[in-house]
Amino acid sequence: MLTEVMILSFGGQGGVTAARILALAAVNEGMFAQAIPQFGAERRGSLVRSYLRLSDQPIRRHSSIKKADVLAIFAEKILKIVEVREFLRDGGITVLNAKHGIAEKSYCVDAAGIALSLNLVAAGWPIVNTAMAGAMAKPLEISIESVINAINSTFSGELARINARAAEIAYREVKKCQAGSST
Amino acid sequence: MSSWLEHLIAKSSEGSAGKTGLWRTFKPVHNVEKCNRCLLCLYYCPENVIKVYHHRFIIINYEYCKGCGICAEICPQDAIEMVEEEE
Amino acid sequence: MRTLLTGNYAVAEAVKLSRAKVIAAYPITPQTTIVEKLAEMVEKGELDAEFIRVESEHSALAAVYGAAIAGRRAFTATSSHGLLYMYEMVWWVANARVPLVMAMVTRTIGPPWNIHTDHTDLLTMRDSGWIISMAENVQEAFDLTIQGFRISEEVDLPFTVGLDAFQLSHTAEVVEVPDQQEVDEWLPERRQSYKVLPGNAVTIGNIGPNEYTAKLRYAMAKAIEDSRKVIEKADNSFGEKFGRKYGGLVEEYRLEGAEYVVVMAGAWCGDAKDAIDRLRDEGLPIGMMKIRYFRPFPKEEIKRLEGKEVLVVDRAFSMGYMGIFGMEVSSVIGDVTNVIAGIGGVDVGVEDFEAMFRKFASRKLQRLEWWPREVFS
Repeated sequence: MLTEVMILSFGGQGGVTAARILALAAVNEGMFAQAIPQFGAERRGSLVRSYLRLSDQPIRRHSSIKKADVLAIFAEKILKIVEVREFLRDGGITVLNAKHGIAEKSYCVDAAGIALSLNLVAAGWPIVNTAMAGAMAKPLEISIESVINAINSTFSGELARINARAAEIAYREVKKCQAGSST
Repeated sequence: MSSWLEHLIAKSSEGSAGKTGLWRTFKPVHNVEKCNRCLLCLYYCPENVIKVYHHRFIIINYEYCKGCGICAEICPQDAIEMVEEEE
Repeated sequence: MRTLLTGNYAVAEAVKLSRAKVIAAYPITPQTTIVEKLAEMVEKGELDAEFIRVESEHSALAAVYGAAIAGRRAFTATSSHGLLYMYEMVWWVANARVPLVMAMVTRTIGPPWNIHTDHTDLLTMRDSGWIISMAENVQEAFDLTIQGFRISEEVDLPFTVGLDAFQLSHTAEVVEVPDQQEVDEWLPERRQSYKVLPGNAVTIGNIGPNEYTAKLRYAMAKAIEDSRKVIEKADNSFGEKFGRKYGGLVEEYRLEGAEYVVVMAGAWCGDAKDAIDRLRDEGLPIGMMKIRYFRPFPKEEIKRLEGKEVLVVDRAFSMGYMGIFGMEVSSVIGDVTNVIAGIGGVDVGVEDFEAMFRKFASRKLQRLEWWPREVFS
């Protein structure tokens, strides 16, 4: 079965890296995976879409994902900028770095809080990608061990340790959440 | 060797375009007295027919010299004169 | 080893495993990360090669031409405007019969400035004497790069691997990467018909009788004709060694009993195959002939489609005529339906192909149609 994931993030938050880590984790588990950065030049600070496909079969398609089965929102502010529901398939799942959900099947995690507590900060921003990867692993049914392995092969030394920790905490803390008034 | 290769690469060799000496109407004649052995003629000759022996004697191979006169033109000593060929 | 690589990193890995000795390139998006990775490999000592930094694409190809003519396995990569800037050398290298491999990350040509894929740039190489291949996915780009060295060196013609901008170049996919020993066993030592080395002074590009030019072009025409067998042989033996055989100049997909056949090339073939599966489930007898090699052109393979309804989907257009694949295919089997789509990187996905193929099967497409019609009306 093919699962199509879209990540909405601001350039610099690590949306592309999160897609790659989850793809790598899925490959570790014997799945097929594809991680696609938003086609084009990297753009720090602007809204960036990255895509992730997971399947038990080889993945042949290369086009972008228009409506995702799983939609990850890396910053609450994104909800105010775009109508994110347009990118979600009917009955799809959202994973948010926010307090409230936006769809029936929403998962919330305080990824920014986790990143800050671990001092995962670059140029003044909390880097939420590994925490979000940990949180997304839950609905994607990827084991946290595979995510940690993928993080360890992406980063090295202390950086790998902290990022693995962020993923682990987020995996534990991510919760189903209801649509809230803030959206 | 592939058959096409001979059309693609060339090794420089004397007389590859035939007996070019037959083209000549004026022939360069070297004046040993005036020559200071700068050897510019040797470097400028497009047919590579000027040879120097013992850093002293300049020999022009008239078999292949086509009589273009470049050596005479370039010689700073006017030590090469173009002389009309006799029948 | 089963791993996750972007198309560009997979090409770099294949170049390393092919033991390329000289690499030169000038950066251009979306090619850059290929040579960035190779430069890193050289710097780390993982790849025993000379990395030559140059000031332009023209110099890049000139540098690897020099290395290749001196007997070294050499590689370069470019895209779009970079290819156009090196265009003189593209022809020179082929006419000098120098084997080398170049990755061409296909990108449209400006203006407007645009870094996304279509096949216009690659197809400007059409008549130059290069062997022109096109990958559908990251694995195929990897495999074609290794095969490219062998094929190129066997027929004394340069070889290019086309891969779509971003859809392959920057997309990470599962790739089976063989180990060095396996590649060494399959890929022979470099061979070529002539070398230019110090101490053996020869002239290339000397003036000759007009007949020399004519004879050389005739010999090239024969060599690229003969490369069909070499390509097929390489595909077969690669398949035996590594378990991946593609079918030679074309790949046939669900052609059994097909009355409708789609002809196309590149990364979007995967999306089209998914669409074909859906339509097959509904009972529509449709299949695909994927063009893997544009030169030599798979004329015998295309001929087998005679009597079928053929749709050629093009990502490049020949101004004043029709799609480039469209006109090539119709030169073999007569009239075809020709759709021009995905120009400038316009996204064409499974649903688009499904709709397109449905219209095709119900004869609602014009003979030449820019897709989707409403955008261009």
